[in-house]
Amino acid sequence: MAFIPHTPEDVEAMLATIGVSSVEQLFEEIPASLRIRSLRGVPAELNEMEIGRLMSERARMDGRPCCFIGAGAYEHHIPAAVWALTTRGEFYSAYTPYQAEASQGTLQLIYEYQTMMASLTGMQVSNASLYDGASAVAEASLMAARANRKSKSQRILIPATVHPHYRRVASAAAGNQGLRFEEVPYCTQEGSTLVGALSRYEGEDITALVIQQPNFFGRLEDVDALTDWAHARGALVIAVVNPTALAVLKPPGEWGSRGADIAVGEGQPLGVPLSSGGPYFGFMTSRMEYVRQMPGRIVGRTLDLNGRPGFTLTLQAREQHIRRAKATSNICTNQGLLVTAATIYMSIMGAEGLERVAAASHARTRELVTALTRLNGVRLAFEGPFFHEGVLSFDRPVAPLLAALASRGILGGLDLSEYYPELGGALLVCATETKTSEDIDAYATALREVMQGAPFAAHERPATAA
Amino acid sequence: MSHVSNVPPDLRYTKTHEWLRTMPDGSVEIGITDHAQTALGDLVFVEVPEAGRSLKEGEACAVVESVKAASDVYAPIACTVTSGNPKLASEPEAVNGDPYGAGWLMRVRPENGAAVAALLSAADYTNFLATEGE
Repeated sequence: MAFIPHTPEDVEAMLATIGVSSVEQLFEEIPASLRIRSLRGVPAELNEMEIGRLMSERARMDGRPCCFIGAGAYEHHIPAAVWALTTRGEFYSAYTPYQAEASQGTLQLIYEYQTMMASLTGMQVSNASLYDGASAVAEASLMAARANRKSKSQRILIPATVHPHYRRVASAAAGNQGLRFEEVPYCTQEGSTLVGALSRYEGEDITALVIQQPNFFGRLEDVDALTDWAHARGALVIAVVNPTALAVLKPPGEWGSRGADIAVGEGQPLGVPLSSGGPYFGFMTSRMEYVRQMPGRIVGRTLDLNGRPGFTLTLQAREQHIRRAKATSNICTNQGLLVTAATIYMSIMGAEGLERVAAASHARTRELVTALTRLNGVRLAFEGPFFHEGVLSFDRPVAPLLAALASRGILGGLDLSEYYPELGGALLVCATETKTSEDIDAYATALREVMQGAPFAAHERPATAA
Repeated sequence: MSHVSNVPPDLRYTKTHEWLRTMPDGSVEIGITDHAQTALGDLVFVEVPEAGRSLKEGEACAVVESVKAASDVYAPIACTVTSGNPKLASEPEAVNGDPYGAGWLMRVRPENGAAVAALLSAADYTNFLATEGE
């Protein structure tokens, strides 16, 4: 569909048709005191040439570092075909078109996406996507509160091993809609959530338990035991999962004896570039019995009047254009363009390709952890299996080390001291299939040199330091 | 609308199109009227309240969803729910086919038995429908 802006003549004609003299007159009923003439803090407009120049200057400031940071956004190889196809005119739109059924190709693509996500997570139904992984956790929590009708407490247990940003966003978005998020502490030896940590909630009314797999530390949670614990106590289970990891891990639909109830996550690893932090997309799948509580758009397959197959937006009575304030969500949308990229990425990779990406990322991260923990003063913080991230414990603060590595073109990982001060000098590192053994060696060498030059914090200096 | 609504004489009604039937044991059965089910069209989903839930007068307590709209059903009186119609989860069309019988939504225990009698009679409700432009 062509997008043609209105010409001044079009605007004149439309105003004349409805008998209004100017566009300004359309807004007259809004009191003058409520209207803003200029937006403070918003700079003047830039033309395409100027914005292009500004953006390339900013991109140059990033340099081309070798990135070992994961923490929710992952650098994976994106086959060239993914964005070559995604940016074709037929696909290139941010949203589901407003006359959705007129765009059968777009709807078919979303339908295929939903089928892939439902299959990847082992769940029965998927929506057309959400803003990002963090807002998907907020929406899943609200959905759980609607779906779990036996629970009156609106209490959501959210382990400290869930991404810190997801926890903040969930409590900012859903905390003001009546939900209470309660943090479950993790085991500092294992870096995971122990079922025993839940015993203090025994006998209490819990609406849902959130479980992230792999968790923020890259560690694997005992999802079966946690899921069964929640279900035995009438709580729903919200799985937060990495789609790449699902190629090698048990899908949420098979956790415990009944499976998770809702699965959400960040879709960025599926063909979306890091791109300085976004845009990304969130995904959400669930059991069919909760479909009417699911937020966002859902595309269904149906037959038209002549019995031919076609695609349509379905179950729209949940949505805000019909249900208004009582819609399942009034702050969600789908990320059509990124979903297009993800669907093409998954089609190209196939189940086998995705599994190879997952296996290679795991192998590279093991290699990285082995190389870095050979250095004096560096050890793996938690024992036990991890996927493609690990936490390293240092004998000193990591911020100065990261700054020194950055000056050598290496983004060494995420300093956890802001989020988990109890871990001391702790660094979350990640390697995906994009990192070679040479990259890993270069990182280990640079870190050794940097650590030889970096001072200990005063209280940590060993008495016999050389 | 050409459809002439069926308004049984022995029930009580509300302006939001719920009906109430007082049972011999003093409990009350609640549903939506023939007029309401016709206006909504074919129902595809009905959500009824859980037994034990206590409702304030006017509180939204059930949802009826058709292919074109989803509407709340409001508690006509203050009451405690004794049961939601379990059949509607799999057969929402019972509300269309038999709105005053098999399509009942919930059974409740009223907080105040006299509250039911204060609602619209069949004649009042029929007049109300006429003024609403049926």
